[in-house]
Amino acid sequence: MTALPHHTAGRPVIGPSAIGSDLPRFFVLTWTIAVLEFKLRFFGSVLGYVWQVMRPLLLFGVIYLVFTQAFKLAADVAFYPVILLTGIVIFTFFADATGTAVTSVLDRENIVRKIHFPRLAIPAAVVVTALLNFGLNLMVVLIFMAASGVKPHWGWLEMPLLVGYLITLSLGVSMLLSAWYVRYRDIKPIWDVMLQIIFYGSPVLYVLDKVEVEWIKSLMLHLNPLAPLLVQVRHAIIDPNAPSAAAEMGGAIHLLVPIGLVAGIFALGLYVFAREAPRIAEDL
Amino acid sequence: MDATTPSDPVVLVEGAHKSFSRPHIAAHTLKERVLHPLRFRGHETLDALSDVSFAVQRGEFFGILGRNGSGKSTLLKVLGGIYRLDRGTIHIDGRLSTFIELGVGFNPDLAARDNVVLNGIMLGLSPREAKRRYDAVIEFAELEDYQDLKLKNYSSGMHVRLAFSVAIQVDADVLLIDEVLAVGDAAFQQKCYDVFNEMRDAGRTILFVTHDMGAVNRFCHRALLLENGRPVAVGEPQAIANRYLELNFKRDKGQVDATASDAEQRPGDHDARILEAWVEDEQGAPVETLSQGEPYTFRVRVEFLQAVSDPAFTMIFYNDQWNEVFVATTAFAGERQGHFEQGERAVFSVSLDCWFAPGRYLPAAIVAHPGSGTDVIDRWDRVLNFLVVGTRATGGLVDLPHVANVTREIAARAT
Repeated sequence: MTALPHHTAGRPVIGPSAIGSDLPRFFVLTWTIAVLEFKLRFFGSVLGYVWQVMRPLLLFGVIYLVFTQAFKLAADVAFYPVILLTGIVIFTFFADATGTAVTSVLDRENIVRKIHFPRLAIPAAVVVTALLNFGLNLMVVLIFMAASGVKPHWGWLEMPLLVGYLITLSLGVSMLLSAWYVRYRDIKPIWDVMLQIIFYGSPVLYVLDKVEVEWIKSLMLHLNPLAPLLVQVRHAIIDPNAPSAAAEMGGAIHLLVPIGLVAGIFALGLYVFAREAPRIAEDL
Repeated sequence: MDATTPSDPVVLVEGAHKSFSRPHIAAHTLKERVLHPLRFRGHETLDALSDVSFAVQRGEFFGILGRNGSGKSTLLKVLGGIYRLDRGTIHIDGRLSTFIELGVGFNPDLAARDNVVLNGIMLGLSPREAKRRYDAVIEFAELEDYQDLKLKNYSSGMHVRLAFSVAIQVDADVLLIDEVLAVGDAAFQQKCYDVFNEMRDAGRTILFVTHDMGAVNRFCHRALLLENGRPVAVGEPQAIANRYLELNFKRDKGQVDATASDAEQRPGDHDARILEAWVEDEQGAPVETLSQGEPYTFRVRVEFLQAVSDPAFTMIFYNDQWNEVFVATTAFAGERQGHFEQGERAVFSVSLDCWFAPGRYLPAAIVAHPGSGTDVIDRWDRVLNFLVVGTRATGGLVDLPHVANVTREIAARAT
């Protein structure tokens, strides 16, 4: 390069990137966008927060009636209402975060094309907003657990790990999809269908030990990272007598599969987003 | 640092190159695809910037002038870090602030406070700095009483005040400003320009992107002219503005000529036909670009197809806004032009000192039967297409030579 000596004082302008060189700035920006978005949802309609909580609760009510009263499929599962509600809240977080993230970069086109800022803040903020919502919904779950007689126990210490796993997965998928969506608009309908498949392929409506075909159970546990999470949540948080993820998968070593999958999705998402970030503004 | 030292540029752009690959649409034919199978592999490449280099000194008001599609907005965006360069380097010394649009990212459902703080954080301020800036913004916008009102409930005037205040309350060494910042009514535009002037006088370095050469003349110390992504010239605003006019002139000429030559559409009874028209300078050489204040002669050649007595010749000088700026005619001269036989030719000449305002002119030539001049034989609109360049863009249609002075009246005070 023919660098001239007289511009050494200046800072090179290298264009947009995913995170930028200023990590605190990235976090502050992500947090600010997320909180404002949450505020908008919260105060956006008359009943605000009520709707945020009602959605999973209504789904819960319908499924609960169908599975315990109409079909009696889950009648002998201990703590079924709590398991069902927890599953719905966890899945709602995942679907909310990833489903909103897909179009998020395009939704904020006006700022992407006109302001220089770390691009990753957009999908990351979507996940944080979903997380704030998730926190509120968890309070309802806690009330439910108390009412159903779930007692605090040592398994609760696993909570941060489980939530961390869920966040890593959601953020990884969000980065991947939002970056791809800029180029391939088919991602949105595809992901909508995928979410449906993941919903039925996860032990939300049912508990996994009721799945009697071994290979289907194994497939679910090894391919769908949400499945072992839900199994472990049931074991560690709600009912220690229920089988753990390791037990269902046939040994703790098998846990490496979903953990590896989540780590892989996160790494791929970060890689793809970082690669696309410099060009996002022009590809929109 | 010394603003006059050329070795101290605040902004240095070297060999900047940026191309976009645009998804290629059905407009490209199958033939093209077959002929250039590699070139049209789903995308076509558009060179928005090619080999752009320039340096801006500290404290300069630097204009970037170009037509739509000339690459000036792309240049602004690579300077602002919104696009990444393909090749070349950009160095900026100091804090940079980019304003491409008023009120970018404002959310109508959020209060002014939230919007302004978010905007500050997006620009890279810490939360504390953003809150401090918020106070300054709201004070400048004079919106202290409406801080918690949602933006959607603001009047459009309040909205613009807030957005503009956000744009200028920045603690940046280098500002990138797009011309669209100065939108709105005349009063608001004036306010924008006042602020630009203040910033310039305060010694801030400003890069101003525009297609308005008047603005370049008014504000800029120097300017860069872009055409098709390439730098055409860098230098004094006036010289750049003249080059810019010439470029516009060349582009428009082709399409104007195509419509003007259609003789079938021309009004009149066609007892005579206007053959051609041209402009000569003092030496009699044909010219297309006229310098303001210089003498020129406009000539129109006419062929008579029938015998005509005492025809009246007229030239109407229209500018590109279709204002009749000036009319030259023999109809009121009281002079009889005599009898013209069938097949005879004549040249009608108008000589004048060119005191038209700088800009483009499209004169019409008319031959009419004697009388009021309404009994038209042949009328050729846009028979010519010429450009006036000059240093005196006052906003008037013409810039007549004149004397303007002020005489101080002797006051009643003694001594």
